[in-house]
Amino acid sequence: MDNSIKPQKRDFVRPQHINDYPVGPQFEAGFLAETNAGWRTFRPVVDHDKCVYCLRCYIVCPDGTIFKDNDKINVDLDYCKGCGVCAHECPKDAISMVKEEL
Amino acid sequence: MSNTEPLAIKRVTPKNITDKELFYGHKACAGCGGSLAVRLALKVLGERTFSAFPAGCMAAVGFIYPQMAFKNNSIITTFPGVASMAAGIAAGAKALGLEDYKTVAFAGDGGTADIGFQALSGMIDRNDDVMYICYDNEAYMNTGIQKSGLTPYGTKTTTTPAGTNLPGSVTHKKNLFEIIAAHDIAYAATASIGYPQDFINKVNKAKHIKGTTFIHVYASCPTGWGTPTHTAVEIAKEAVDCGLFYLAEYEDGEFKLNKNPKEFASADEYLKKQGRFRHLTDEDIKLVTDQRDKKWERMRKQWL
Ligand SMILES: Cc1ncc(C[n+]2csc(CCOP(=O)(O)OP(=O)(O)O)c2C)c(N)n1
Ligand code: SF4
Ligand code: SF4
Ligand code: SF4
Ligand SMILES: [Mg+2]
Repeated sequence: MDNSIKPQKRDFVRPQHINDYPVGPQFEAGFLAETNAGWRTFRPVVDHDKCVYCLRCYIVCPDGTIFKDNDKINVDLDYCKGCGVCAHECPKDAISMVKEEL
Repeated sequence: MSNTEPLAIKRVTPKNITDKELFYGHKACAGCGGSLAVRLALKVLGERTFSAFPAGCMAAVGFIYPQMAFKNNSIITTFPGVASMAAGIAAGAKALGLEDYKTVAFAGDGGTADIGFQALSGMIDRNDDVMYICYDNEAYMNTGIQKSGLTPYGTKTTTTPAGTNLPGSVTHKKNLFEIIAAHDIAYAATASIGYPQDFINKVNKAKHIKGTTFIHVYASCPTGWGTPTHTAVEIAKEAVDCGLFYLAEYEDGEFKLNKNPKEFASADEYLKKQGRFRHLTDEDIKLVTDQRDKKWERMRKQWL
């Protein structure tokens, strides 16, 4: 997938001095310090021959990890948690949940 | 081009909704309905949105220092104070002369119908320019599944255990939507993540209304409900189809039922597939469906 369409993990630089901490309780928006991939026991695999690009899976993914990628759907496996909602909701059974191998 | 006609609100669809994900990388459980509600609403509202979250699951999963899962400007508030905080943000934005932005509060059922209610009621009374979205997972989930004012009859929670003496919660779900409407608010609606396009439409409608608006969205919680993660959207749809939740709007002083099924799907099936209701006896279920039928009779008589 073209990486510019999805949010990216960034390295967190540990503050060395109290002055390096943000003032007040805020932090930079959209700052992702780690991925969620390790949560997953099953991963969604899309059969693009069956997919009719109805975007049902894209709308119902609680994590927003399904992207439109040149008129194909593409899953960000760094952040997908493997909940299976996309596969269950797909009207064409175009997504299967495949066990992750260690 | 004539400027006299009000511009029709452009429909937001899966095709034209922004590609940007504004709630991303959060730590909600897999299949969390509340996080789907927040994600979709923020996509409709866009990046120029201030969002406020009281204590509750969405605050807990979105802001884990240094991670900040929101791409728009977002803040955690006190548990009872999300409406006050949001009203303050709206006042601040107005004082700064900002344009083209929205302020939204997202709170759970506990944060809305119980502890946050006073601040919410005051905000509606002042008609502050805030959209308030209550994601209803029918218990205090973030602290480990305690009963709230929106927990329905017969729900097993850690404070309403089910056993030989009690069937779980013995109180019925507060009528939140009508309580809010009774403030004579400009716009209020109920929705469900099981009907995502309807929810998107309602958020989009409220986005274009100045003043306080309110959306009560039914949002499943696999962890607290004892349901498989993959059925998170389906179960929220079934709640509507069996009549235990309903899709409605209140606008210009009028109630409107958006969905009036000729026949309800089986409430028994909906209840029995959830761990929180599995203990219910036929008698308990009859009590639940009788209550449902009475409510629908009244809604149909008064709102149709
Ligand atoms: C004044 C106060 N009382 C209690 C708490 C503890 N608390 C934090 S989140 C929460 C439950 C929130 O429930 P709800 O509003 O339904 O949101 P959910 O967690 O279900 O998303 C509670 C009791 C708190 N943070 N502040
Ligand atoms: S729901 Fe199924 S058919 Fe529709 S876009 Fe997703 S994979 Fe394709
Ligand atoms: S398995 Fe769940 S998190 Fe992963 S892409 Fe599908 S719906 Fe999204
Ligand atoms: S406990 Fe429920 S509401 Fe909270 S993050 Fe998990 S699934 Fe979502
Ligand atoms: Mg709750």
